[in-house]
Amino acid sequence: MSRIAARFASLKKEGRGALIPFLEAFDPDLETSQAILAGMPAAGADLIEIGMPFTDPMADGPIIQLAGQRGLKAGATLKGTLAMVRRFREADDRTPIVLMGYLNPIVAYGPEAFCQDAAAAGVDGLIAVDLPPEEADLLAPHAAAQGIDIIRLVAPTTDESRLPYVLEGSSGFVYYVSIAGITGTRTASSADLSAAIPRVRKFTDLPIAIGFGIRTPEQAANATEIADAAIVASALIDTLARTLDEDGRALPGTVDAVLDQVRALAEAVRGVRVAA
Amino acid sequence: MNQHFSSGIAGGQNSLRNYPDDRGRFGQFGGRFVAETLMPVIREVERAYLEIKDDAEFHAELDGYLKNYVGRPSALWYAERLTEHLGGAKIYLKREDLNHTGAHKINSCMGQILLARRMGKTRIIAETGAGQHGVATATVCALFGLPCVIYMGATDVERQKPNVFRMKLLGAEVRPVEAGAGTLKDAMNEALRDWVTNVHDTYYLIGTAAGPHPFPAMVRDFQCVIGNEAKAQLMEAEGRLPDVAIACVGGGSNAIGLFHPFLDEAVKLIGVEAGGHGIDTDKTAASLARGKPGVLHGNLTYLLQNDDGQIQEAHSISAGLDYPGLGPEHSFLFENGRVEYVPINDDEALEAFQLLCRVEGIIPALESAHALAHVTKLAPTLGRDQIILVNLSGRGDKDIFTVAAHTGVTL
Ligand SMILES: Cc1ncc(COP(=O)(O)O)c(C=O)c1O
Repeated sequence: MSRIAARFASLKKEGRGALIPFLEAFDPDLETSQAILAGMPAAGADLIEIGMPFTDPMADGPIIQLAGQRGLKAGATLKGTLAMVRRFREADDRTPIVLMGYLNPIVAYGPEAFCQDAAAAGVDGLIAVDLPPEEADLLAPHAAAQGIDIIRLVAPTTDESRLPYVLEGSSGFVYYVSIAGITGTRTASSADLSAAIPRVRKFTDLPIAIGFGIRTPEQAANATEIADAAIVASALIDTLARTLDEDGRALPGTVDAVLDQVRALAEAVRGVRVAA
Repeated sequence: MNQHFSSGIAGGQNSLRNYPDDRGRFGQFGGRFVAETLMPVIREVERAYLEIKDDAEFHAELDGYLKNYVGRPSALWYAERLTEHLGGAKIYLKREDLNHTGAHKINSCMGQILLARRMGKTRIIAETGAGQHGVATATVCALFGLPCVIYMGATDVERQKPNVFRMKLLGAEVRPVEAGAGTLKDAMNEALRDWVTNVHDTYYLIGTAAGPHPFPAMVRDFQCVIGNEAKAQLMEAEGRLPDVAIACVGGGSNAIGLFHPFLDEAVKLIGVEAGGHGIDTDKTAASLARGKPGVLHGNLTYLLQNDDGQIQEAHSISAGLDYPGLGPEHSFLFENGRVEYVPINDDEALEAFQLLCRVEGIIPALESAHALAHVTKLAPTLGRDQIILVNLSGRGDKDIFTVAAHTGVTL
């Protein structure tokens, strides 16, 4: 069983949902982001999503745009991001790692070589924001050959006639983008989510994670009540950014500030019991 | 069927005019690489476009606006003094600069605004570089009373001030984009972010033959009026087709509009990229000469990028060519060799700009001056019995401040 499937299976037994915190690779530098990554499981991360910096992140708001710019300035490359995962795996062989990013760096690396190297480094899933199912053949066969899950995005604009098509090639889990919009801006209401998630559930047995707009422990807890996982990105990066000095460099409190917030989010998620 | 449209079927079985396929691919290029949130609206635009493609009523309406509002057909001018000056091939200028708003951009804006209205969209957004597409979009929005937001890189806002003011006069909201180098690429990112956020009521009126399918094909089809008219006008003037057709390539809309009707003819086609300071420097916008295939802004095409697939900033003196990619059909025509692409540097374009002013009494857009600069190299090498057709894609009033600054004049 893949790490992702194993993790969701064991959480189901525990009767709770998953917290999936996000960090941007090399933000604001390799050491700091490696330390945040290494500390996340103990702080309560059930799965971890790592953003791969790109010059033109079209689906991201200002917070993640700036994180990507800091990462690139610090020398982020796909090779460097995979090396982060490899180092993480020396100490942790259980926590699933999902890479999220845009297609062009992967195209430049070579989709097949990238999937091989990602699998070897210990990556479990891939989210390519600008790869809709219509274009999936560019990456999906190579990912499948390496046992890497391709995690598909479902949006509020994905209607019921399109859902089966989008979900057909999904594996790992389904990423429900909770708002029509970019990251770090609005938050979906609990009522909207309660209407949307069962609509997706009708077409898939995969776990469903909610992302975009989850900022507080309450919102994270609420998301795992309605779906199976809460993804928190901009709120954590916002915290990180606030700790940096004027030149965007990490200070001694940077890693702890992010991990403390992960702990608070995890506590709230773990407080929610769902029927097994 | 409408004569302005070059529908695929017109081309016969092995025609290069039969692209894209139904995945929106020109060979390997094109496609629709956008976030899932946008996919449903992209498919909706595609359905709407297929509906109007051969709809007589739509084309009658469009033709009416093109004739009475835009002022088409645009003139085909035999540039006799320029021809004499260069001492070679006969040079004909397709005068897109004479269109309402001063460039070819309005051809596609007119078509797309009618489509957006059919789709029931009530808010229009667009990106702009030189501001010509922004002005054309603001114009058609004013004409139909639709609210309009134009994204423009902060650098471009600075170097194209007259057009910024024009857009505001026309009732558009101009939002400067500070990200990146503050040029066309950044404006397009921001427009896509707006679209994702307001997808329920908004139509993204893309300004060039690039972006996710169906935009490259649709914008091309609306711009083919250029090549179709020129073909008929030249037949009337000379009784034959040109030997060479030349156009500048930013995203590639004026060029593909000129080239497409000639793809199956024995006409040499040359696209002129912006070389910037030179294709061996890092200040260039020549995506074909210096880039490699990749994915940006919804399509797979040639892009300026580093080895890690990070997109590089383009540079051109001309804001309308200052983009690190180009439309997918050009990548296709480049790889199969049907169209030749050459770079022209900033200084060469500046020189051609001034030459046309002096010998023909026409102030060309800096974008179009790139095409003219190549004509000044090519024409003297051809015989006097040869004909060069060049697309004068826009007028240069917007560029006089840039040209003044580069020639050491303070206005
Ligand atoms: C006059 C003129 N020509 C050419 C261009 C380049 O665009 P395209 O390559 O789509 O024709 C522009 C873009 O702003 C323009 O204003």
